[in-house]
Amino acid sequence: MRELIETLHNSQTFFADLPPAILTLIFMILGAVFFASVMAINALVAVYAERKISAWMQDRLGPMEVGPRGLLQTLADAVKLLLKEDIVPAAADKRMHWFAPFLVFAAPCAAFVALPYTREFVFANFDIGVFYVVSITSLSVIAILLAGWASNNKWALLGGMRAAAQIVSYEIPAGIAILVVVMQAGSLNFNDISLAQAGGIHRWFIWQYFPFNLIAFVIFYLATLAECNRTPFDLPEAESELVAGFHTEYSGFKWSLFMLSEYAEMLIVAFVGAALFLGGWSSPFGDSFGLGFLNKGGWGAIWFTLKAAFLVFTQMWLRWTLPRFRVDQLMHLSWKVLTPFSFACLLAVGFWMLI
Amino acid sequence: MSSFDIMFYVIGAITLFSAATMVFSKNIIYNAIGLLFAFFGVAGIFVMLGADFLAATQLLIYVGGVLVLLLFGVMLSQRITGLEMRTGTLQIIPAAVVCVGVAAILLRMFWMTPWQKVEVGAPQPTTKSIGTLFMTDYLIPFEIVSVLLLAALVGAAFIGRRDAR
Repeated sequence: MRELIETLHNSQTFFADLPPAILTLIFMILGAVFFASVMAINALVAVYAERKISAWMQDRLGPMEVGPRGLLQTLADAVKLLLKEDIVPAAADKRMHWFAPFLVFAAPCAAFVALPYTREFVFANFDIGVFYVVSITSLSVIAILLAGWASNNKWALLGGMRAAAQIVSYEIPAGIAILVVVMQAGSLNFNDISLAQAGGIHRWFIWQYFPFNLIAFVIFYLATLAECNRTPFDLPEAESELVAGFHTEYSGFKWSLFMLSEYAEMLIVAFVGAALFLGGWSSPFGDSFGLGFLNKGGWGAIWFTLKAAFLVFTQMWLRWTLPRFRVDQLMHLSWKVLTPFSFACLLAVGFWMLI
Repeated sequence: MSSFDIMFYVIGAITLFSAATMVFSKNIIYNAIGLLFAFFGVAGIFVMLGADFLAATQLLIYVGGVLVLLLFGVMLSQRITGLEMRTGTLQIIPAAVVCVGVAAILLRMFWMTPWQKVEVGAPQPTTKSIGTLFMTDYLIPFEIVSVLLLAALVGAAFIGRRDAR
């Protein structure tokens, strides 16, 4: 972004007259608007996909009425949500009740900037990209806790507590599984990690140091699934136990912010998984078969999105296949299964790299 | 005034304002939220100094860990078990003595330190040098801190378990 601003500032166009501070500000606002719209569109597509996938799995048709094959159903739902009355419980903490949805929305929005969309285009090419995404997404825990607390409702509070306990626990195996890859790439930069996997499907980190990286990928996938509060880890919003968990008392626009950020978080962990284990923006064919052009330019973004979309699809697939965990099973899985296995992977890969 | 300066003053103002909220608010949840933004502001200042790794660590440890645990403790005790939490002013004289003492030490440090001007430019990678220093020059302090943390962890688990037996 810095280069872009310098280029514009030195160019002979209208932008040259603006001071760099204003240009930076304009680009920051444009970027924020862009990623907020990405989140909104992502939710529109993902909700439709989720409904259709669940319908096919249960031998139903899913939404069919609004638009061709129900394509406009989620758009109609979005309009409905925006027009709904915003209800704040009388005994709620008004300011925090208002504030929590925005915080929950801000965390995934901020995480999008660091992802490597193509080899050339990363909105902010950090040296510590992976670490930044891990740390900024941990902000959503606070927001969920706040939402649960501010609603002044027992179900909401319990849901918020469950969410916080779950996310904090599953951050540990996820972080260690990420470390396994970071150690092999020797960098925390998303672009360097993707570059280390360029050159075909056999170079992807998921196949290296077999089977340790594969195990690390499975651990990462399960842990991030839990961090997104998706079934089988959807205890924080288990509707049969807690009404709707931490967003019980939210309606209309504020509720839709929770929904948007849930789907955005699914997309982010899918993007991170694709970048770390599935080669990022690199084509699965490498330069062989005369398909080298698939590695160039905008194709990177297509591959990256396809891989992430596949991971999001598996998340939905799991949701409509598996029943929910119990709280003790959830904690057992995190602390007694995933964490030791991820440490074992880290050690094994470390020793393997030394010999 | 460059954009760097403007950013610095904005971040500094956010940090100071939220720190003041944290100290003066009577509601313990509002204190925690003030603390959240104070942590954020400090992380922003770290970024401006080119310490991006430190900033991300600040967010991960303090916001993702310490603050969550704090909120967790407050919420569990206040709304679920019904323990009333009071915030008020007690022990004014000793508190004033401590405050003045700490302020004096900080001010003295502020005046005595030979401050260096930061070059405004593209931030340099810091991760590699931090890692190298941890494994060479600062190996012993690093290991001592990790043993200390392990001891604290074991102690916390022991205290937490004592009621159950």
